[in-house]
Amino acid sequence: MKHTLSVLVDNEPGVLARIAGLFSRRGFNIDSLAVGRTEDSKYSRMTIVVDGETHSLEQVMKQLHKLVNVLKINDLDPRETVGRELVLIKVNAPPATRAQIIEIVDIFRANIVDVAKNTLTIEVTGDTNKVHAIEEMLRPYGVKELARTGKIALARGLKSE
Amino acid sequence: MKLTGAEALIKSLEKEGVEVIFGYPGGAVLPIYDVLYDSKIRHILVRHEQCAAHAADGYARVTGKVGVCMATSGPGATNLVTGIANAQLDSIPMVAFTGQVATHMIGTDGFQEADITGITLPIVKHNYLVKDAKDLPQIVREAFYIASSGRPGPVLIDIPADVSKAQCVYRESAQLNLAGYKPTIKGHARQIKQAAKAICQAERPLIVGGGGILRSRAWDELQKLVRLTRIPITTTLMGKSAYPETDDLYIGMPGMHGTRCANYALTECDLLVAIGMRFDDRVTGKLSVFAPEALVVHIDIDPAEISKNIKARIPIVGDAKAVLKQLLVAVEKEKLEGTKDIEAWREQINNWKKKYPLIYKKDGKLRPEFVVEKTCEITKGKAIIATEVGQNQMWAAQFYKCTKPGSFVSSGGLGTMGFGLPASIGAQVGKPDEVVIDIAGDGSVQMVSQELATAVASKLPINIFILNNGYLGMVRQWQELFYHCRYSSTDLAVGTPDFVKLAEAYGAKGIRVTKKSEVESAIKEAIKSPKTVVVDFVVEREENVFPMVPSGVSISEMIGGEIE
Repeated sequence: MKHTLSVLVDNEPGVLARIAGLFSRRGFNIDSLAVGRTEDSKYSRMTIVVDGETHSLEQVMKQLHKLVNVLKINDLDPRETVGRELVLIKVNAPPATRAQIIEIVDIFRANIVDVAKNTLTIEVTGDTNKVHAIEEMLRPYGVKELARTGKIALARGLKSE
Repeated sequence: MKLTGAEALIKSLEKEGVEVIFGYPGGAVLPIYDVLYDSKIRHILVRHEQCAAHAADGYARVTGKVGVCMATSGPGATNLVTGIANAQLDSIPMVAFTGQVATHMIGTDGFQEADITGITLPIVKHNYLVKDAKDLPQIVREAFYIASSGRPGPVLIDIPADVSKAQCVYRESAQLNLAGYKPTIKGHARQIKQAAKAICQAERPLIVGGGGILRSRAWDELQKLVRLTRIPITTTLMGKSAYPETDDLYIGMPGMHGTRCANYALTECDLLVAIGMRFDDRVTGKLSVFAPEALVVHIDIDPAEISKNIKARIPIVGDAKAVLKQLLVAVEKEKLEGTKDIEAWREQINNWKKKYPLIYKKDGKLRPEFVVEKTCEITKGKAIIATEVGQNQMWAAQFYKCTKPGSFVSSGGLGTMGFGLPASIGAQVGKPDEVVIDIAGDGSVQMVSQELATAVASKLPINIFILNNGYLGMVRQWQELFYHCRYSSTDLAVGTPDFVKLAEAYGAKGIRVTKKSEVESAIKEAIKSPKTVVVDFVVEREENVFPMVPSGVSISEMIGGEIE
């Protein structure tokens, strides 16, 4: 089962290596990992998507907690979380299919960020399902290159006081 | 006040109360060694950096203080790695210092450059690369705190040469504020109460003490708990010496080479109170059939150990000493409500104990078990015993009945051959007035025999008792039992030095014992001598350690060690 971990860490050199190393040592494959500074520049937030059974994930979270540079870990509940990722897709777009591609981009509310003679580069933001869907739609046209940020996520705010 | 980085470092170490550093100099730590020359901190010059870490480890185990070791950059630093890993697996408080190439050279494959913070990431509790000399006091403070608090462990500080040389304004370390590091000390009150209730209601309870008892110096509290409840107790290899082994309720060590009594008791108990231990595979054997009937109370300071291998019904995260204190109060209270009679269980255990004592053949031959037994008898179980790894270690664990807490120094988790000699050097430095004996094997001791020079030069009267069988005995035992006696690369007979001559070459005293009748006088002579002594006990070559739990089966399925 996929889990999205939100890990608050010291914004210091080497912290990423400590965390990534721990996952590989304990036999965990990281699906995606996105990291950046938080509202407080002393800290970074890592959003790590992993696949694993709950018991061994619990062990990894406990081990993560032991790292001096790790302040907080949340195993985010998918129902109570907003998650987004950003993907850039460079797709073949000769005149014959270009109009169709633009139509798909519109439907997904994606953006075209680069236009060239034979390609279009498309920027998509959304949850994992949406990103996956547009990728599948564009695949038949010939995806030349693709880059994705990995998911970033936050727990939803409280709806009532 | 302006100081160099090296001066700030040594001043910080003096402030931490460091009395001794085990180390080996080199280019990148020259500025530090220059300051050390005038410091009141003692430096023990080892002959290989690995032994600096092991010596610091041995020192920490017997004193309860943080052990400190130091090496230069590159190979000096990488040579520390085994010693650091050893300290990590046995949860020993240690701070290791390494020199590093100058900051502008880092990442250029400079001379004697090794990324030691990268290399040690998986085997330290924490590590630092110092970028600015003025950070040193704060980093040292943090390192000592992290190494010695919570579940102890090694912390490495890597100091580039230019940082040691740089001038900085010395500012004493400020209040520690480690937002990501807050060990839990006291146990949860409700869990403690539940544990107390379980203890009073069990019919077949058993206590297992581990290394955590020794690390938190909780042996008095442990004894009180045993006395209060009269529950039988076993201690793991790491917990050995936490409880007086001559006591009636003590049933020996559990696990692979444990006593039959301890392993049967674990298999049949209905309550297991595990304190400061982590259910290592050498203790549990096949996990799925370990303590099948037991409700497990697991007390450990490291939350990651709770339910890692064995599911804990009543987990208590906290320091062993603090939790035991709480538990004693709770059990006293709970006892008023009445307790189950466990007399039948104690009798059962006594029967096992009587029926399956640790045995060996008592004939005219010089057997290693006899040497250990005699050593125990002569020292009344009160010497500090370091061991190497292998058969020597298991015989020491089986036949030396410790009666003094914190006196057994052995590499449990990593199983590092060559640990005992340097560890006994560290132990003797930490406890100059006590008898320190390294129970060694001829294989292990040859990994570190150069440290005889360290012992002699530092005038340490350590005793190295080599149980010399001319084999890598434990590996040979496995080859005998599971590989059809095919002794592949385990015969050391050819090439093993004359240990008496070797000792003498280093300026130590050498004694050779080939007969049973010579054992007692040799041990007495060694202990009495003010010199470093090597006793070469030429023992029966193919003696095996029994009982033994083969790998992959329940600990109740032991082989050997039964009275015929």
